Amino acid sequence: MSTLVIAEHDNGSLKGATLNTVAAAQAMGADIDILVAGANCGSVAEAAAAVAGVGKVLVADNAAYEHQLAENVSLLIAEVGAGYDNIVAPATPNCKNFMPRVAALLDVAQISEITSVESADTFQRPIYAGNVIATVQSSDAKKVITVRTTAYDAAPAEGGSATIEALDAVHDAGISSFVGEEVAVSDRPELTAAAVVISGGRGMQNGENFKLLDGIADKLGAAIGASRAAVDAGFVPNDMQVGQTGKIVAPDLYIAVGISGAIQHLAGMKDSKVIVAINKDEDAPIFQVADYGLVADLFDALPELEAKL
Amino acid sequence: MKVLVAVKRVVDYNVKVRAKADGSDVDLNNVKMAINPFCEIAVEEAVRLKEAGVATEVIAVSVGEKSCQEQIRTAMALGADRGIQVETDAGVEPLVVAKLLKGVVDKEQPQLVILGKQSIDGDNNQTGQMLGALANMAQGTFASEVVVDGDKVNVTREVDGGLQTVSLNLPAIVTTDLRLNEPRYASLPNIMKAKKKQLDVYSPADLGVEVTSHLTQVKVEPPAERKAGVKVADVDELIDKLKNEAKVIS
Ligand SMILES: Cc1cc2nc3c(=O)[nH]c(=O)nc-3n(C[C@H](O)[C@H](O)[C@H](O)COP(=O)(O)OP(=O)(O)OC[C@H]3O[C@@H](n4cnc5c(N)ncnc54)[C@H](O)[C@@H]3O)c2cc1C
Ligand SMILES: Nc1ncnc2c1ncn2[C@@H]1O[C@H](COP(=O)(O)O)[C@@H](O)[C@H]1O
Repeated sequence: MSTLVIAEHDNGSLKGATLNTVAAAQAMGADIDILVAGANCGSVAEAAAAVAGVGKVLVADNAAYEHQLAENVSLLIAEVGAGYDNIVAPATPNCKNFMPRVAALLDVAQISEITSVESADTFQRPIYAGNVIATVQSSDAKKVITVRTTAYDAAPAEGGSATIEALDAVHDAGISSFVGEEVAVSDRPELTAAAVVISGGRGMQNGENFKLLDGIADKLGAAIGASRAAVDAGFVPNDMQVGQTGKIVAPDLYIAVGISGAIQHLAGMKDSKVIVAINKDEDAPIFQVADYGLVADLFDALPELEAKL
Repeated sequence: MKVLVAVKRVVDYNVKVRAKADGSDVDLNNVKMAINPFCEIAVEEAVRLKEAGVATEVIAVSVGEKSCQEQIRTAMALGADRGIQVETDAGVEPLVVAKLLKGVVDKEQPQLVILGKQSIDGDNNQTGQMLGALANMAQGTFASEVVVDGDKVNVTREVDGGLQTVSLNLPAIVTTDLRLNEPRYASLPNIMKAKKKQLDVYSPADLGVEVTSHLTQVKVEPPAERKAGVKVADVDELIDKLKNEAKVIS
């Protein structure tokens, strides 16, 4: 059995989500190769070759793959993946964009966001906003899978010595092009990989007040997240949304501030090790999942917390 | 230009769905059903394109049992001109839905197909992308802005770190994210009018598609329960607990 893992990267560095995916691939018990599709992505290939347990790194380095356009990358993966039993990628926004295209090109199902490998053909995945865990068995000879990265500890980034092989195949579907991007740079840890996450909701009232979370995040080395309501209201950018349809996080410590605890929000954070809720409404549903609940006005509690940490 | 919108019938987003005690399936007895929220956003976007004079006709399509005609009527009450139901059993897999939608695309030749990014029951996030591959169309997934410009459409997408804009040749696929628009409510007169709009029913065979199954649901179960927590009296107690009991901060 063989598994092809699709690398998540930004052409400069290999993203941690790839390491969690390698761990999931190891659970499938097959030989693992990694595919890096990008442009000027040599350093990513080198990082991928250092990951423990990887046999071969395949690199498709071409302008057609620079922005990971789904139309192009899916053609490449379907071609390269033809020789593998499993094609596995992290369930990041980027890979979610092209993996279903790969599955359709190969005429197989995609199994989205698996949290457990039960056997070579049987997997678990959350459905209905994580209120139900389904065990599904695939009858496809080839399996296209995305992995919920929070369900797997990262494979060691060092210790491997995979060979690197360049692919010349260039697939440019010619039907889409990259126009531009607005990407915020932050010094904070990545939301999905941080050990501590502090999130604000509608109770924060405006974007300015999110600064109240900054000092605490600095002290705890935390990433900052948000509820949908906070994002919709324009307090903070969209990529901070935690939840069923945003980012899934499972840090050691999750602090929810001014967040009521809707099903859709819980879906994104209820696997955190320790949950703290700060809310002025003692009946807020968030308290039902919180290990430690503080009924308080956040405008009093946050400055005090920052001062005392 | 014609716009095709795919709408799915799902459990209402307020319902907390549970696994049946015997683990055979989820318990959907007497729960409220609704149009998938992302599909509602898709309908709204299509209707706005029509109101802006960009689209000439908006067609709502749903794949499923007869009951999904309710959601097609909802889409028509929101402004879709006509509807198509592809009649299948419930629970058709995304790959098959995509094949059936491809059949409808071949028949109707829309310039734009708008879908939700995700159904909130299966949480698949697959169908739009699969349709893109089958129909060899470009895709703008997780869209927060859609601007048709001649024979192209510019789609701004919600990605890791922020927003990305891509330019797609038409015909193209768009899947909606939450910030694309805020759907309107259907007015009573429009709900009445929707009852009279045309709704065609096709079988998979009419579209030349075989309904296959690639996945079997072996069982369903509830997720691990969290044990009930405690309320702390003040910030001091919170810090003490985090340091000395949970040991997550130092
Ligand atoms: C299709 C769909 C997908 C969705 N996806 C997501 C998702 O991915 N993530 C997500 O988060 N939501 C999602 N939602 C939205 C979700 O249903 C809720 O509407 C949202 O989570 C509410 O955000 P909130 O808790 O910040 O706001 P609210 O529910 O308004 O809660 C605000 C809370 O702040 C408290 N508060 C107010 N002032 C103070 C104060 N001064 N001090 C302390 N506490 C205060 C209030 O008591 C209240 O509990 C989705 C909804 C749909 C339909
Ligand atoms: N049975 C269906 N009928 C119509 N559209 C569907 C159906 N299933 C999925 N879709 C469309 O595909 C989107 C994504 O669904 P999914 O891939 O299941 O997460 C939905 O928001 C719909 O627009």
